[in-house]
Amino acid sequence: MYIFCRGIGEIMTVARFWRKIKARYNLEGTHCGTCDGFFYPPRNVCPVCRRDGKMETYEFKGTGEVMTFTIIRTASEGFEHLTPFVVAIIKFDEGTQITGQIVGNPANVAIGMRVKSIFRKLGQESEKGMIYYGTKFVPEKK
Amino acid sequence: MTVGFVSYGAYIPRYRIKIEDIASVWGDDVKSLIGGLRVYEKSVPDLDEDTVTMSVSATRSALNKTNIDPKRIGAIYVGSESHPYAVKPTSAIVAEALSVTPNLTAADLEFACKAGTAGIQMCMGLVESEMVDLGIAVGADVAQGAPNDILEYTAAAGGSAFIIGKEGRVDLVAIIEDTVSFTTDTPDFWRREGMDYPEHGGRFTGEPAYFKHVTGAAISLMKKMGTKPDDYDYAVFHQPNGKFPVRVAQILGFSQEQIEPGLVVTKLGNTYSASCLMGLSATLDIAKPGDRIFMTSFGSGAGSDAFSIKVTKHIENIRGVEPTVQELLNDPIYLNYAQYAKHKGKIRMK
Amino acid sequence: MRDVAIVGIGMTQFGELWDKSARNLLVEAGLGSVDDAGINGEDVDALYIGNMGGGRFSGQEHIGSLVADYAGLATNLHVPATRVEAACASGGLALRDGIMAVASGYCDVVISAGVEKMTDVGANTASDVLTAAADREWEGIVGATFPGIYAMIAKLHMHRYGTTSEQLAEVAVKNHLNGSMNPKAQYQNKITVENVLNSVMVADPLHIFDCSPLTDGAAAVILVPAEDAHKYTDTPIYIRGSGQASDTIALHDRNDITTLGATVVAGKRAFAQAKMTHSDIDMIEVHDCFTIAEICAIEDLGFFEKGSGGAAAQDGITAIGGKFPVNPSGGLKACGHPVGATGIKQAVEATIHLRGEAGKRQVDGAENAMIHNVGGSGGTAVVHILSRNR
Repeated sequence: MYIFCRGIGEIMTVARFWRKIKARYNLEGTHCGTCDGFFYPPRNVCPVCRRDGKMETYEFKGTGEVMTFTIIRTASEGFEHLTPFVVAIIKFDEGTQITGQIVGNPANVAIGMRVKSIFRKLGQESEKGMIYYGTKFVPEKK
Repeated sequence: MTVGFVSYGAYIPRYRIKIEDIASVWGDDVKSLIGGLRVYEKSVPDLDEDTVTMSVSATRSALNKTNIDPKRIGAIYVGSESHPYAVKPTSAIVAEALSVTPNLTAADLEFACKAGTAGIQMCMGLVESEMVDLGIAVGADVAQGAPNDILEYTAAAGGSAFIIGKEGRVDLVAIIEDTVSFTTDTPDFWRREGMDYPEHGGRFTGEPAYFKHVTGAAISLMKKMGTKPDDYDYAVFHQPNGKFPVRVAQILGFSQEQIEPGLVVTKLGNTYSASCLMGLSATLDIAKPGDRIFMTSFGSGAGSDAFSIKVTKHIENIRGVEPTVQELLNDPIYLNYAQYAKHKGKIRMK
Repeated sequence: MRDVAIVGIGMTQFGELWDKSARNLLVEAGLGSVDDAGINGEDVDALYIGNMGGGRFSGQEHIGSLVADYAGLATNLHVPATRVEAACASGGLALRDGIMAVASGYCDVVISAGVEKMTDVGANTASDVLTAAADREWEGIVGATFPGIYAMIAKLHMHRYGTTSEQLAEVAVKNHLNGSMNPKAQYQNKITVENVLNSVMVADPLHIFDCSPLTDGAAAVILVPAEDAHKYTDTPIYIRGSGQASDTIALHDRNDITTLGATVVAGKRAFAQAKMTHSDIDMIEVHDCFTIAEICAIEDLGFFEKGSGGAAAQDGITAIGGKFPVNPSGGLKACGHPVGATGIKQAVEATIHLRGEAGKRQVDGAENAMIHNVGGSGGTAVVHILSRNR
């Protein structure tokens, strides 16, 4: 499995992935104390308050709702073995939206469905290279 | 001993393959296979699952059942035969995924199928001596079985995690009354560095390996504690198939009723480093306060760890939050052999 | 600030052009525009070149110098050359930067051009390069492809407003019909709704025929102050309005997933500067990187209510003979989408119609045209209004 493309080491380098590990494994984002906005992925500058914002780290619960989705059938390099797979925009309960994969049968995914986060492999740099772990989503069972 | 389990968690992937679907590819006789192995189907990991992801899922499940502060965890040990990296510890990734870094010790373990219970023993020492507050021992594997080899029918995927703590510092759902091990150099099953699949000694894996070590550790423990099989409500033995644990239970004097709740291999397969821990999790899922559980693991190479465990009243507090082992075994998604081969990376892509 | 006019246009064939490199293409389009305006190299004050992926497609950055060099404008004339990048809106931005250079009085003759050479790499790599228009770190890494991102817009548009796959297909059908009348278009074949719906699904609900292709091509325009325009041509085409806007790079951070806020704002800014309204516009070239993108564009530019754009192609409203002709060139879908060139090509197409030279695909009596160019899934939008009348 390759993530991105053959020149992957050029794009998702070790340091670049490592820098965001807490965000990817544990959904660590940011919260603005001024406007009470929640942001994932983490941001340095609050887009609402800009310099008046007070950003602190916040770990998202990982539960949310499917706003829209698609079923990828022609994948980018590194994801071909997974097709067909679901990519969705999920609205976390805290309000912010993110793009993520929903695992399992694509026929089970619907707009409005509730999902929760799980820990999975996102890909790898190469057979010899680093393995990228992160967060995907699964339908929340009642 | 004043240490025991604070919580436990299990993870089993959704996918399964039936023994008959593997047999039809290799032309094996299904009836005699099932008669010989007493396994009907086994778990298969998803395309994006491995020992690391299952360890994280099992450990997060264990933590979710309690409200202890994860920062109290001072040690994490992950035992497996299928660590994704030969060098770079699974346990460090698990620690990061639990948000417990950086103030802890961690290391990966290997002792065939008993690496998980070895991890429990290590945590016991650290916790009893108060070198750490809480420890986590995980057994997880995406077991490798070579195509057209007998092991292919049972090599499964799963993970189970146990949080160990000390009485007085934290509520324990079960106390580990004592543990005894039995270890020798016995070459019944091995895998050389760089090889994809293990080698095994056929019938040699039985008497001189599994039975000698399991009975060796079990008898030693009962002798040390002055206990008999009757003193226990349940027993869990390492489950490479559905026959060995049944036979060793008979040899030792345990009944079928005692081992039944923990005998998950028939619908799960052999999860290797998770095997005993999965059986223990399934037993703890239904045990009552005061129940006593006898567990003996086995790892090829070879060794066994025997434990005498007593369930406390706190077991009720951690129920109902996370799925039980039986719930994880239900609702499977069946694959055919081609899909199974794709999932297990047996198809050479380049 | 001075008024600005287009006095020369040039464009290569759009398609898979195996014999031509990026520099060949740009020089060809540039020389075409220079001839059209009747200017000389010595007259050129500046070059603005839109190009998204020179680095990834050809391992080449520093496009400004490269193009100036191969156009013969570097060795002795040392013309200032600037490469402009905003993903698929690179061309539109190059146009706007050129306009501002002339409007400000800094320059008197500017070439705004765009080029993209996409077919030297395999389709998978090309697709990966285009994913750089999205958020690599948080969309690309989870496997979202560029069609996948627009597919999510389509899926929600369909869920919320009842837009159908047939309505999406009608956009492609119309644009292929228009392309069949455009000799420079990459695809000149007509297609049917069935062709679209039966084509392979790329990312639900978008079929391969809902998606614009990979294309090589270049286009160029010559910009001068309006007061000088008649020195070069009898039919100068005036820039009446220019609007540019940014929005979040990732689709998931937008205020509304089905609305490209950058298009809304850029359109309003262009209308405001032009002091025009929708009824003044006779034709629009919009950014139909996917069929859904055309539907959203005509809504977000305010020609249709949000959610009602789906019926526009289906009901013939946006056909060349219809009430609001959209993409008479064939759009990105049929004319092709050499990323950096598209924004300039739209200006070329508008100019051809406003000059009355569009032949079979002419929008009759066109006086005012709007062109709309988008980067990524809407992180950038740039809108211009061109007119026969100053």
